[in-house]
Amino acid sequence: MADDAPAPLNPATAPGTLPEVVRELYARFGENAFTFQPTKDDVPTLWTPKERFAEVLAFLKNGVPRPYKMLLDLSAVDERLRRNRLGPSADFTVFYHLLSIDRNSDVRIKVALSGDAPSIPSIHKLWANANWYEREAWDLFGIVFEGHPNLQRILLPRTWKGHPLRKDYPARATEFDPFMLDAAKQDLEQEGLKFKPEEWGMKRSTSDHDFMFLNLGPNHPSAHGAFRIVLQLDGEEIVDCVPDIGYHHRGAEKMAERQSWHTFIPYTDRIDYLGGVMNNLPYVLAVEKLAGITVPDRVKTIRVMMAEFFRITSHLLFLGTYIQDVGAMTPIFFMFTDRMKAYDVIEAITGFRMHPAWYRIGGVAHDLPRGWDKLVRDFVEWLPKRLDEYEKAAMKNGILRARTIHVAEYNTAEAIEWGATGAGLRATGCDYDLRKARPYSGYENFEFEVPLGKNGDAYDRGMVRLEEMRQSVRIIKQCLDHMPAGPYKADHPLTCPPPKERTLQDIETLITHFLGVSWGPVMPPGESSQLIEATKGINSYYLSSDGSTTSYRTRIRTPSFAHLQMIPHIINGSMIPDLIMLLASIDFVMADVDR
Amino acid sequence: MLRTGPLHAARAAMITWFSNHPEVVDAIIASLKALVLLFGSVIVAAMLIWVERRLLGVWQDRYGPNRVGPFGLGQVVADMIKIFFKEDWMPPFVDKPAFLIAPLVAMTTMMMAFVLVPVAPGWNVAGDLNIGVLLFFALAGLAVYAVMLGGWSSNSKYALLGGLRSAAQMLSYEVFMGVALMGVVMETGSFAVNDIIAYQGAHHWFILTQFFGFCTFALAAVATTHRHPFDLPEAEQELAAGYHTEYSGMKFGMFFVAEYVGVVVVSGLLTTLYFGGWHGPGAESHAWLGFIYFFIKTFIFIMLFILLRGALPRPRYDQVMAGGWKFCLPLALVNMLVTGAVILANQGG
Repeated sequence: MADDAPAPLNPATAPGTLPEVVRELYARFGENAFTFQPTKDDVPTLWTPKERFAEVLAFLKNGVPRPYKMLLDLSAVDERLRRNRLGPSADFTVFYHLLSIDRNSDVRIKVALSGDAPSIPSIHKLWANANWYEREAWDLFGIVFEGHPNLQRILLPRTWKGHPLRKDYPARATEFDPFMLDAAKQDLEQEGLKFKPEEWGMKRSTSDHDFMFLNLGPNHPSAHGAFRIVLQLDGEEIVDCVPDIGYHHRGAEKMAERQSWHTFIPYTDRIDYLGGVMNNLPYVLAVEKLAGITVPDRVKTIRVMMAEFFRITSHLLFLGTYIQDVGAMTPIFFMFTDRMKAYDVIEAITGFRMHPAWYRIGGVAHDLPRGWDKLVRDFVEWLPKRLDEYEKAAMKNGILRARTIHVAEYNTAEAIEWGATGAGLRATGCDYDLRKARPYSGYENFEFEVPLGKNGDAYDRGMVRLEEMRQSVRIIKQCLDHMPAGPYKADHPLTCPPPKERTLQDIETLITHFLGVSWGPVMPPGESSQLIEATKGINSYYLSSDGSTTSYRTRIRTPSFAHLQMIPHIINGSMIPDLIMLLASIDFVMADVDR
Repeated sequence: MLRTGPLHAARAAMITWFSNHPEVVDAIIASLKALVLLFGSVIVAAMLIWVERRLLGVWQDRYGPNRVGPFGLGQVVADMIKIFFKEDWMPPFVDKPAFLIAPLVAMTTMMMAFVLVPVAPGWNVAGDLNIGVLLFFALAGLAVYAVMLGGWSSNSKYALLGGLRSAAQMLSYEVFMGVALMGVVMETGSFAVNDIIAYQGAHHWFILTQFFGFCTFALAAVATTHRHPFDLPEAEQELAAGYHTEYSGMKFGMFFVAEYVGVVVVSGLLTTLYFGGWHGPGAESHAWLGFIYFFIKTFIFIMLFILLRGALPRPRYDQVMAGGWKFCLPLALVNMLVTGAVILANQGG
């Protein structure tokens, strides 16, 4: 059959050049069940009809050899205003991004939906972590997931009207009536926040005693931001719990659709607000793939160095608050001293401390300043001694060990099932660090180890991050010793701001430059994505361009979202102090969860 | 000028009366001393707020309060003024009588315990009281009511959990606190604090013979004051502010100061019971020297309290319980048994 079919239009689908997974899928379901979509990243992307997709996903998870065990991302696209179709005609698309650690490879399955009230069967039975992703897609796109156990809004308040990521929903406050909060409205909002155990299938009491329902957050010293988790308590034992997120939602994905490719960069800084330029990295890498820009080696190395600086500052804050959450108040003050020193270097290089927004499409904002090497050297010589001290004084403390070892444990299989990445995955002993597994931005040129844990408990998560800081210092030292010479920006018309050297010599360059600066660059239609090993786990940007100055759809996959979803699975049956240790050891910031 | 007239006669009569009733004079002097001790302890406790913040600053690589007055000493006054004038708001949902009584209980029990501590020769209130240290146990037991009442009457879940933890913690720690101290009582043969001090002056400090008793008693004492690492009833990272979550203004201030009075009392007791109290070279003849010795010894313990807070993480609630029942209680019992055996052996010999 397949042999008789007309030759595919796209050379990427020509037999022999197809990725392994596509061949496996064709063999199992037949080529007609799919439409292959070429993308600018190396993620095989296949469209499949709504009737077949569940089977396809189940096959990928359980049927293929070296299966795709992790549901990395699930979201949707409103296709109604797209001019350049990338696949079958659709009003909405739901996509499933699966990751196989065994293959070290991904696959993206897309399902086209039609109509204004689209619906698709839920896959929460196949992947436990589909639950929140489907709620998010319902919340922001109004896509109904049939059979979902509790299809409630997740990022927006329950009282919200409309689904903001739809294309007909305005992106600017000026397009709405002025917002007023009167007493009646406030009462309504408060009522909406009231926790009703029955909604979550919880009982208020057993035959002989009542449960206590405790609101931990949204304002709680250990909630690490505006995060609420409702606990069903029997004494101090957590019987069940419901994490409640969305208090920090700022609509970053919506903003990406109204900012130009260039002016969205500062928004990325504020996704994981401790990650600074680490957030810029997956975004600019994905945009560069769309534009077809190759950056000079100096850019790659500068980017790696600054990203590792932010890994250190983020991890230092993690370690300080982690130890503080065990009840030791002192170490964090010392770590703030270290962070200040790191930020001094960052400020000298980028001109800003926490949110430099310093990477550019095709490069970085400016070259390294004179004397940068001395500043960096001072810092990398300062930190290791301090790290040794923290390990000795805090991590080897008996009380801390008793509080964290075998507390909030989960194994590799659970981590993968729930989409846990980063140190939370490596603490279970799973050696998966994207910097090693899929080197980007020149990480293949660096020597460093991937620290692993064994038990997957709160202690290992702390130790893995402590060790990661040492490795980051190693990487920064290598950047310092081998910083390549050369330009700090690629010579490409789509970089931003574009090169100016020849603008006064020929009119064509002048016009391109003028448009590139005033409107911003126009990215060719297509899709790309970039996964990176961010401070808190795998962070990815999945960009869809419709050939305009703004992104058609920007999907930001953040690690913390998956990690928080996992909490009830890990902690039910433990005590409140163990929950605090879990929260401390996850290392999340709510901006990274809610976007 | 002749010393005659009704005024003079009255004065003479008074002097005669007082000479015939020396116990009244003693009572007045004792009351004055008690007042001095009372205010002294409260003032020291208040100053501790500053001491603690500055010391923690030193140990944590930062300054601590250093703006108000010399070395930031005026911070205490500033804090006091603030807390006195803060609106004393009571949440509408609390159980009023219990909510009001709780901070009072906290403050009074801890201050009353101070009657036991002789700060210098002849300077104490109940040094000769024949139930002596038992009174301390009684007051420490009563102090639990402050936390329990505060936690329960607040009608708030965090406060309730704090109160519950406190009750459980005190039950486990009071048991062996008494047992731990029995070694001292057995060696002295008396419950009276002055006898204990006199024995240490004549023989040796009890830290030498009662080391394990000291360790367990010190642990229990820290637990009594709810100081870190035994601050589970108010564990900030878990229960926000625990039992005093709903308190504000002066009522919160009383809980706050009571904690510091507790630190002073417990440090004073540790000094008195195990480190010879005010004893030291020349203290017998010069009471002021005795006071200085006492002050230095006590202050070292106070610093230790603060250092504990700066240095240690907090164990989990069930680990605290287990530590009490499975480790401290047996240790205290063995200590008591061995002490008894040694005493008997000595008598036999």
